[in-house]
Amino acid sequence: MLLGDRAKFVMLLGGVTFAALLMLQQASVFCGLLTWTTSHITNLQARVWVVEAKVEQANELKPLRDTDVSRVRSVDGVGWAVPLYIGITNARLSDGNFKPILLVGLDSATLVGRPATVLGGRLEDLRKPNSIFIDDLALQRLRTPGGPAPGIGDSFEINDREARVVGICKADRAFFGYPYVFTTYDQALQFAPRQRKMLSASLVEPADGWTAEATARKIERETGLKAYTHDEFFWATIRWYFKNTGIPISFGTTILLGIIVGIAISGQTFYTFVLENLRHLGALKAMGAGNLLLSGMLVFQALFVGFTGYGVGMLAAVAFGTGAIKRGQPPFVMPWQLPAGVFLLILLICLLAALIGILKVTRLEPAVVFRG
Amino acid sequence: MSQDAATQPTAIQVSGLTKAFGKGNARTMALKDTSFDAREGDLQLIVGPSGCGKTTLLSVIAGTLVPDTGEVIVFGEPLHAMRSAAVTRFRRRYIGFIFQQFNLIPTLTLAENVSIPLLLAGSGTSKAERAATAMLDRVGLAGREKNHPRQLSGGQQQRVAIARALVHDPRLLICDEPTSALDRETGHQIMEILRDIARKPGRSVIVVTHDPRVYEFADRIAEMEDGRVLRQLEGAAMADVSL
Repeated sequence: MLLGDRAKFVMLLGGVTFAALLMLQQASVFCGLLTWTTSHITNLQARVWVVEAKVEQANELKPLRDTDVSRVRSVDGVGWAVPLYIGITNARLSDGNFKPILLVGLDSATLVGRPATVLGGRLEDLRKPNSIFIDDLALQRLRTPGGPAPGIGDSFEINDREARVVGICKADRAFFGYPYVFTTYDQALQFAPRQRKMLSASLVEPADGWTAEATARKIERETGLKAYTHDEFFWATIRWYFKNTGIPISFGTTILLGIIVGIAISGQTFYTFVLENLRHLGALKAMGAGNLLLSGMLVFQALFVGFTGYGVGMLAAVAFGTGAIKRGQPPFVMPWQLPAGVFLLILLICLLAALIGILKVTRLEPAVVFRG
Repeated sequence: MSQDAATQPTAIQVSGLTKAFGKGNARTMALKDTSFDAREGDLQLIVGPSGCGKTTLLSVIAGTLVPDTGEVIVFGEPLHAMRSAAVTRFRRRYIGFIFQQFNLIPTLTLAENVSIPLLLAGSGTSKAERAATAMLDRVGLAGREKNHPRQLSGGQQQRVAIARALVHDPRLLICDEPTSALDRETGHQIMEILRDIARKPGRSVIVVTHDPRVYEFADRIAEMEDGRVLRQLEGAAMADVSL
């Protein structure tokens, strides 16, 4: 019945598709944004992070004393510990423009925390004076207007010091949208504006036989610093953004809007469809169709629209996501839980819409078909 | 009349029937302690002015409306005492319906529309559609089974409705104003089909109508007024129908 009523079918399908797209796209952007907030953790891949005692999340590192690395190293359960510098500073391009960058200083000896994917150059060259690795985002952000993208051998200034590009790597985007610039810890201290304390964190590998959790707790007890395992730091950062920013409310409102629009459009259209077909449904009832059969028909039609609408919405969201990933923004991450959750929500919306029709049909007297 | 009235078994026996709609001041008595009967082999008309209770009586006989009081016995089955699900099964098996507005489902083909009663009775789709196609042949719509209702005239749509009403071989045919949407000639053709159906053994046809042009096809006529069957006329007496 519904499939033959093209206008209503298209309207229902449109409503469900729009709802699915809105929920999937917005939730994926939200997940992507959360991923950006944890980019330091995913890019540097340390098993334990030791930070200042009041640090709650990865984008708000308070400086430590250089000697704190030694204190961490002296704790039982620590295999090794290296210093790390992370800070936002400015790069001065050849045309005189300043661009913000995320400067990362890695331990000179071990280069622990180095980027996982090198697109060009040799990491060992970082040990040469004034050397830096830039990430793929820097190719866009640090190019002069009309000029070529920066490449190996090019140079620019960081705090009046020459920084020469010796390699290009791939890195997850940071929440602030600035490109990552990797160098050694010692070199980073030269590039960064001088402060009393310069150490951002210490990256730690547990000793043999120690778990990351046990090592972190031991470090906290013995140094008074805060130690997070990789997962603890990741989720602490996510939780912080949930609690302290309007991002979840903003995205949550849009997702809620998707659900409401889905329920409103599909519910109203489905109800109108049932009302307009009341005589036919009454005729079927008079001919001996039971409530169960008619309810089953309505549920089947609602689910058919739901599955189709979800499929189309999913395709549209994936198309958007593919474009976003190619462009690099907006952030887009779709973990499997997301399509699964949206699928269940769409199912719920369709069943709710069917339920409205079912209530009408079950109360329908078959005698209605004889009334003029 | 198809045969001697004395030898015709009773198909429908209704007695002491009352039915009210609404509550309080808005309460209206649609049927007031009325009685009615129909015989097998007869085409019986129920006539009367608008609002006299014809459609309510038809709905009660068809088992689509539950009376407040009274007895409704159709082919020996006491519908008034049966549970709703049992009445639904009874309708599915024994009753065919022809509605004033045809009530064909516009999105289904003619064969699909006609096969509905068989599908409701549990037949397989292909078997039901074969039977539907054969029934469409019988009502003069051979080769149109893939058409949709909107492609047909009113008379043709009513023929499809008749095919749908007959496809599962019901014993009782309930017809609500079957000719009101049709011209005189088509109306006569439809009534001839209904009279032929009534003549088959063990069958009965009840027609509610406002249309005096079809009185000539009746074996009996029940006159209704103000919620009651005033009289049931047959033979030459039917010429006295005042409504």
